[in-house]
Amino acid sequence: MSALLSINGVSKRFRGLVAVDRVSFEVPEGGVFAVIGPNGAGKTTLFNMIAGVFPPDGGSIIFAGERIDGLPPDRICRRGIGRTFQIVRPFPALSVEDNVIVGALLHRKRVGAARAHAHDVLRRLDLYDKRAQRASALTLPDRKRLEVARALASDPKLLLLDEVMAGLRPTEMDRIVAILRELNRETGLTILLIEHVMRAVMALASRILVLHHGAAIAEGLPEQVMRDRAVIDSYLGVEAIA
Amino acid sequence: MIASLIEGVPHRALALLGALLVALVAAPLVAGDYLLTVLILILYFAYIGQAWNIMMGFAGQLSLGHALYVGLGAYTAASLYVHFGIGPWLGLLVAVPVAALAGAFIGFLAFRFRVAGVYFAILTIAVAEFARVGFDHLSWTSGSSGLFLPVAQFTHNDLWQLRGHPVMFYYILLAATVFAFIFCRALLQSRVGYFWRAIREDEEAARSAGIDVFHYKMIAVVISAAMTSFAGVIYAFYYNNLFPEQVFHISRSIEIILGPIVGGIGTLFGPILGAVVLTGLAETLTAALAAAGIDLPGAKQVFYGVCLLLVITTLPDGVWPWVCKRIGLAERNK
Repeated sequence: MSALLSINGVSKRFRGLVAVDRVSFEVPEGGVFAVIGPNGAGKTTLFNMIAGVFPPDGGSIIFAGERIDGLPPDRICRRGIGRTFQIVRPFPALSVEDNVIVGALLHRKRVGAARAHAHDVLRRLDLYDKRAQRASALTLPDRKRLEVARALASDPKLLLLDEVMAGLRPTEMDRIVAILRELNRETGLTILLIEHVMRAVMALASRILVLHHGAAIAEGLPEQVMRDRAVIDSYLGVEAIA
Repeated sequence: MIASLIEGVPHRALALLGALLVALVAAPLVAGDYLLTVLILILYFAYIGQAWNIMMGFAGQLSLGHALYVGLGAYTAASLYVHFGIGPWLGLLVAVPVAALAGAFIGFLAFRFRVAGVYFAILTIAVAEFARVGFDHLSWTSGSSGLFLPVAQFTHNDLWQLRGHPVMFYYILLAATVFAFIFCRALLQSRVGYFWRAIREDEEAARSAGIDVFHYKMIAVVISAAMTSFAGVIYAFYYNNLFPEQVFHISRSIEIILGPIVGGIGTLFGPILGAVVLTGLAETLTAALAAAGIDLPGAKQVFYGVCLLLVITTLPDGVWPWVCKRIGLAERNK
């Protein structure tokens, strides 16, 4: 498998604080890559640099063979990277269907074709029956899946998920894990997720990167990372006590 | 083409629209001179309200300076007529691009440098005020002493030169309002309309969904400004006099936005219904105060304000969404 996304020595400083410190890793095409770490480890900062919210201070980000660091979010999305927000941001006054049509229109000129594609995506995400509801009327688990649906409708090659499991109950989590696994298996969609919930990470990820104080302290297969001394000390142990 | 326009519209709504249109076309046959001027005002505000609604209701950009586009349209066409004898329809070919350029200028300044929300609104006021002061000192348009168009006797209607009876202006504005309604509906249901609503709801999320926010906001401003300037041209040839203090004044901009706000921002019928309600209210108050023998300066404005307050507090989403619920029509295009 070749790398779809490669992060090369990427850094970000906020005033004096180094939020992300020369992090490098590669997300293979067709893989599910998880970034984990305690609060304040720099996960969301890293995510925002990939999504184009702000540029890195150093290093480069290469997607599908081209540099994308420093591009604005809309151009990054048009290159084929879809994202969700940690705190969900659907278009509240629009219907569920219209939310997804907006995503589908990115690479489709006609609203009719976009609607048909949106319906396919909504069925996959178990939201088809709720398509006429206003997005603001949905429950949190539904809104989380709507975010994934909107991102997915724009036909991304890489899907960025920012703590999509946060705030979900275990049954809801299993549902979204099953949907994501199916998507990855059937369509070959590459997924990069930032996640706190180890249960979901272990169920989904084919590779894991652990961040701590902005630096990568471990990277590898899930079972390797779980046995890593530094990881247990800095993160897993912390969670076990909590 | 026509089939796609009426696609998805309930039969009841189509029947109602048809009946309304027939009534409006027939209105001048029964309306007296006074009622006709009231109807002209209603159509004028319905049309501009629709144009303003593209920016605010569809794309979420609050303009408090739409008098600028009315004034630019009015002054451009009127000056060309007075100085060079160029008729209003040819004048439109200059007036509309001038207003569109002004919209593009404001849009570029604001959207390129991320001036948003109330700051954007202030910028729109500032440019309109700048134009007001500027035109006050522009001798080519006679500055603050006003630009006057030669007034014709209503012996015959000259549609080409827009000289004639108010009935002619009524039908022109009716056609414009019908066009604006159909055009806005088509816009709202197009790709652009979806992107506008996404931007209105959450600009950051829209950007992350791949939408070039700058580009689509620019389209909204330019279309809105261009449409508004047409009303300005009609204004100039209907009233035959233009004063910067009146045309560009901020109270004019506020007047424009009240209709869509009262009717329902972002809806297609809101601007029309709002124009009917507000103009109807103002005229009714004038008549009622006269009948009651009250002759206090400002009394009408006070009553008008109170009525407006009541409407907005009881129906914060506007009158049209409330009417929709009452008559069992679903307001889909929100």
